[in-house]
Amino acid sequence: MDYKAYMVPNPMTPGQVVSIDPELCTGCNTCVEVCRLDVMVPNPEKGKPPIAIYPDECWFCGCCASDCPTKALKIEYPLNQRVGWKRKDTGEYFRIGMKNPPPPNTRPPV
Amino acid sequence: MVEAIYNRAMKWPYPVNYGKENEVEADVLVVGGGIAGCHAAINAARKGAKVVVVDKGAVVRSGSGGAGVDHWHLACTNPCSKVTPEEMIEVMKAFGDYDYGEFGNGMACYILCKESYDTLLDIEKMGVKVRDVDDEFKGAPFRDEKTKLMFAYDYVNNYCIRVNGGADIKVAMYNECQRLGVKIYDRIMATSLLTEGGKQGARVIGATGLNVRTGEFYIFRSKATVLSAGQPSGLWIFSTELKGGAALFMDPNNSGEGTAMAWRAGAELALMERGGAGYTSGGFGYPQYGVGNAHNTWYACKIVDANGKEIPWVDRDGKILKTVEERYLPAPGQKYFYYGRYSGSPEVWGPSLIPDLPERIMKGEYVLPLYADLPGMPDYERRAIWGLMIPHEGKCRIIYDNYQRAGFDPDKDMLQVIVMPPDKYTYAAWWAAFGARQWRERVHGGGLLFDWDLKASLDGLYVAGCQAYCCADHASSAVTGRYAGRKAARYSQTVKKSVIDRQQVDAEKTRVYSPLQQGEGGIGWKELRGGLARIMQDYVGEYLNEETLKMGLTWLNSIKESEASSVYVRNPHELARTLECLTRITVGEITMQASLARKASSRELSFNRLDYPEVDPPEWNKLLTIKLDNGNIKLGELPNDYWLKPPYAPTYEENYRKHNGL
Repeated sequence: MDYKAYMVPNPMTPGQVVSIDPELCTGCNTCVEVCRLDVMVPNPEKGKPPIAIYPDECWFCGCCASDCPTKALKIEYPLNQRVGWKRKDTGEYFRIGMKNPPPPNTRPPV
Repeated sequence: MVEAIYNRAMKWPYPVNYGKENEVEADVLVVGGGIAGCHAAINAARKGAKVVVVDKGAVVRSGSGGAGVDHWHLACTNPCSKVTPEEMIEVMKAFGDYDYGEFGNGMACYILCKESYDTLLDIEKMGVKVRDVDDEFKGAPFRDEKTKLMFAYDYVNNYCIRVNGGADIKVAMYNECQRLGVKIYDRIMATSLLTEGGKQGARVIGATGLNVRTGEFYIFRSKATVLSAGQPSGLWIFSTELKGGAALFMDPNNSGEGTAMAWRAGAELALMERGGAGYTSGGFGYPQYGVGNAHNTWYACKIVDANGKEIPWVDRDGKILKTVEERYLPAPGQKYFYYGRYSGSPEVWGPSLIPDLPERIMKGEYVLPLYADLPGMPDYERRAIWGLMIPHEGKCRIIYDNYQRAGFDPDKDMLQVIVMPPDKYTYAAWWAAFGARQWRERVHGGGLLFDWDLKASLDGLYVAGCQAYCCADHASSAVTGRYAGRKAARYSQTVKKSVIDRQQVDAEKTRVYSPLQQGEGGIGWKELRGGLARIMQDYVGEYLNEETLKMGLTWLNSIKESEASSVYVRNPHELARTLECLTRITVGEITMQASLARKASSRELSFNRLDYPEVDPPEWNKLLTIKLDNGNIKLGELPNDYWLKPPYAPTYEENYRKHNGL
């Protein structure tokens, strides 16, 4: 098997921060334009998802996620900031990022 | 795509043209397009001024309030309020408190009390719901049936309003700016103020800026300027996505350009020595409001320990409250309460969790971890916290979306409180964790000195939002922006345009582009940033003395000559980040100089001088100011209530009447 290994000079901390579903993304770059910190830049290939060039600068304001017209973009809290909760009646413990999460709660906000 | 990135360095995707000049004219220039800046722009435009807004990010979402707001503070004139602005300011004056603490600013506080509700009505007209328009909370004790306004904290006095639709408040304001013909210049970092004849201390006649994507230079010429670039932040800790970025309260773009620009132009600053670690430290924090807690957005949430044992709530006198409803009522004999027992004086303390929770955890009475028991709250409070406040508070919409996507259900689930040493459970904002603190980075910190016109010490310069000394929070920024905008517009009608001093512009261009001359032998801006944070922690941290403060100044000077002069940059973004480091050096120097000037410790200012240990001696109960005068540091002092002394009138009402410009 041919394993590709590579290195990049002066790499940034490799937090993922944003994940973009390439099936839903139209490359409109709304996320690029609302990001206050220029975390993302447009992809050189038009229509393709933007590239997070400076994920370490992210403030997690969530404007990219809320303003994405196709909901292709999601903010991902890094592992060291993932929290858990306890189901009151059963005592079960769940957390962000677990392997078999419970079904999503789809209730919209006020 | 991974191959494309990693096989070669990528070309910067924007057209770069360092040094190219762009000239822009305005009647009113607004530097910083956040909440304060947008309100300033809107209100200046309404007065007929030709308005230009310049912002380092994108005005549609920029600033600390750009991602949302849940509370609207001190709306004393709303129809359900039982506290008038005059009552509120007198209580705060009597106890030496002005909105969250001592050494505060009564002008801004009074203006806020007077105009907070009117500003909220402005927002409503721009399309933000504000009220419980869908009757989701019909019958709830915090909702007024007639007005459909929803209140927070004190349900008797009703002066703090919960904002429905606050998540997109910035978008509404951006649209209003567009509608009014305000010209918006996004992605431009302001770098200096331009003055008449290029002289320090002269009238402000414009500003310069750098496009953070293209590297082009902007020269703004204006008759009046509103400075609203926020409070300097990120000096004591360099937060990244793995280390506290999500816990930060203030927009990371608030690196202090406004303060540094004003300083170099000769404006007077106040309270730059104020201490007090921001609770949103950003050290190793979790997402703000994204953990079990009982603070602010989560106010009055039931907290239980690992065995489900409830942590009691007490009133200001320490009496245990038996019902949830009592957490939203003043104590017997108390007129109104402000919030918790962390701000103001006991007269205005509100209900809080038991103040000796840390000791009782140590003794084993309450077992960690704690949980925020949302299922244990009444339906309307639970829905208010998780369904209204969280989705609309800044940076919290993604908490709502992410946590629910992962299956979180507030009707069934108790969000865990993070595990910390017991003594950290005093102040209920339990996401910021602990460790090195952001000293002197609290709301109500140092900033520009101003008067009843919200005018800075330089002619032609107005100030709004956290740029002003001792201002904070969304409503305060909105109101001061609204006020400063109309005052700046009025002023702009009385002056002619000035001639830009070419020498001043050239000197600034040289300063701005000098990092480009530096070769690849130097360090990157992140190392510089981290190094500056280290110096700030060491030399102007929690405990100070003359030796270490002077050593701090020596270090900053040395860094300017050495590392800061050899930072390499690869694109306009990195150039801007490098300039932000130079800004932070300037702000660091001002902080050290202001700290040297205060030769006494102060509990009120969280200011600890090891060489002047006497706490709050009466002769130091005054405001210290600092500015540059012909390149030299000039110290000044003012009474703590200078706005009620000559040349001003002795009462708030009279001063407001004379100056408000409505």
